[in-house]
Amino acid sequence: MRKRTSHTAARLPGFTLTIGFTIAYLSAVVLLPLSMLFMRAAGLGPAGFWEVVTTPRVVAAYKLSFGAAFAAAGINTIFGAVIAWCLVRYSFPGRRIVDAMVDLPFALPTAVSGIALATLYSPHGWIGQLLAPLGVKAAYSRLGIAIALVFIGIPFVVRTLQPALEDLDPTIEEAAASLGASRAQTLRRVILPMVMPSLLTGFTLAFARALGEYGSVVFISGNMPMKTEIVPLLIIAQLEQYQYEAAAAIGLTMLGCSILILLSINFLQWRASRFGRTQ
Amino acid sequence: MSIEVHHVSKHFGTYTALHDVCLTVPTGQLVALLGPSGSGKTTLLRIIAGLEPADPAPHPEGAIYFHSRDVAGINARDRQVGFVFQHYALFRHMTVFENIAFGLRVRRRRDRPSRSEIRSRVQELLELVQLEGLAQRFPNQLSGGQRQRVALARALAGEPKVLLLDEPFGALDAKVRKELRTWLRNLQKDLHVTTLFVTHDQDEALEVADQIVVMNHGRIEQIGTPDQVFHHPASEFVMRFLGDVNTFHGRVNRGTVQFSSLELPFPHERQQIAGEARVFVRPYDVTIDTKSNGLPCLEARVVRIHSAGPLVRVELVTSTQQHLISEISQERFATMQLEPESRVFVRPRHIRVFASEPEVQNPPTAEATTHSAN
Repeated sequence: MRKRTSHTAARLPGFTLTIGFTIAYLSAVVLLPLSMLFMRAAGLGPAGFWEVVTTPRVVAAYKLSFGAAFAAAGINTIFGAVIAWCLVRYSFPGRRIVDAMVDLPFALPTAVSGIALATLYSPHGWIGQLLAPLGVKAAYSRLGIAIALVFIGIPFVVRTLQPALEDLDPTIEEAAASLGASRAQTLRRVILPMVMPSLLTGFTLAFARALGEYGSVVFISGNMPMKTEIVPLLIIAQLEQYQYEAAAAIGLTMLGCSILILLSINFLQWRASRFGRTQ
Repeated sequence: MSIEVHHVSKHFGTYTALHDVCLTVPTGQLVALLGPSGSGKTTLLRIIAGLEPADPAPHPEGAIYFHSRDVAGINARDRQVGFVFQHYALFRHMTVFENIAFGLRVRRRRDRPSRSEIRSRVQELLELVQLEGLAQRFPNQLSGGQRQRVALARALAGEPKVLLLDEPFGALDAKVRKELRTWLRNLQKDLHVTTLFVTHDQDEALEVADQIVVMNHGRIEQIGTPDQVFHHPASEFVMRFLGDVNTFHGRVNRGTVQFSSLELPFPHERQQIAGEARVFVRPYDVTIDTKSNGLPCLEARVVRIHSAGPLVRVELVTSTQQHLISEISQERFATMQLEPESRVFVRPRHIRVFASEPEVQNPPTAEATTHSAN
């Protein structure tokens, strides 16, 4: 980051103005609602808080939510990278249509996609009936949750990776080839490290989105306690029973875990992008 | 290792980038591919490197040989060619050290040198390109000239028998470019590696290369030493490309050539030209006198004088409204006391005549030296 010096006259003025705005805006939009979460959860007291967040049903939901979000983000990172590569590197008829299709999960109301997926993957749906004889239960299972999360997360990876791949100079690959590197070596040693920061950003966004996803998951998951109940659903259930403190406590724990995970991904990203910094 | 290119063509869609090109680069030589942009020189270099396929056998003998080994079916990875890109193409996530070591580290296990061997080899190359202290820097912490030297060291790491450079100094400023090309020339002579480099800068090619290959529109116009291509251009294009030139429309007729108001003797021996012709005179072959000395000459008026430089450049307009440029020495300029609007007498000391039939592929050429005026 560039140090602020006294020679700022030539640049656009307004640091004071923009930092003031930034702090005020973020406080109102982000910090204030989050502090309410703390206030509510504090009503339980330490012992009560611990009791709520360690209930077996809640712990199972945590494991499911984080596990499914992680798996979906991982799958999206791999296949999103392939899609982004294909869209950036090749021109083919219908490329723009494929490119537009990537955004569809953004545009659909999540409940609509949830219902669509549930119909498709239910034992009588188009895909579900093919999977059923194989003994694979797609809808109303953990697999179904992962499918929904993959669906809603894919645009994040593709859209963050595209600009990074567009910036990648094709002569870099030619240089690697003329130095004797195989395609796999070029991919692993040259291309991946260069796009790693964007790949991690895409993963993080897809992961964060998957963690908080509710609408599409509830239709396909079946919502069985201990089995296919995700954290957001559990929170809704608590709210419906007017258990606001418990809901806040569960939400707060989730928030804490998310922050830890996002921070560690940020750290990885910082390490991956060290070549971009000047000393 | 020599490079031989036999009848190679390349089309991009309907565009002909290379048209039946034949070329031999002898072992250990430094050869320049010189031409304007779009002349196919970079395409030829990339085909030799294996980065681009040539058109599939347009000619039964179409092939590329490295020391009489056909490399057509061998991809870039296995050609063992060092390639230096115009914009360096360094791996920006690797340090200078890692960049240079890359080619050694990606080798198959049985060919791969040990860690300590790689370390000493990289150290050796860093010394060679005079970047000893910069091993741990990243490319974006280096200047353009330093980056290009890293790229060169990286290309040389695997001890390639062939070094190919694509406009290696094109992105550098003029002073660095001059230093680097002299340095590259010395390095190439020390390493004795067969080197082919692409440039559009005729000074660079003339100064550095053993042989120059002049290209235009996907064809080779002339191959020769810098002296040959400069003093004995094979075509009008080569004449024009290698420096400023004055052009006249003229006629060749029975041992003489007529242009402007001049009629000069024209040697008979290689008399393949008759009729319409174009006459070329280099600016330094245009002599200026303030008095007529009886020899055939053109009357002209001085329009402009540029005296900053090793030679004085005088812009002239003849009595027949032909624009001319003459370059004379500073001493001669001082003794003549030329000024704009001075009336002078101009003589071409050395002319070169090409038949003005643009469609002919190898226009017959001939030279004539009018007997010297000074």
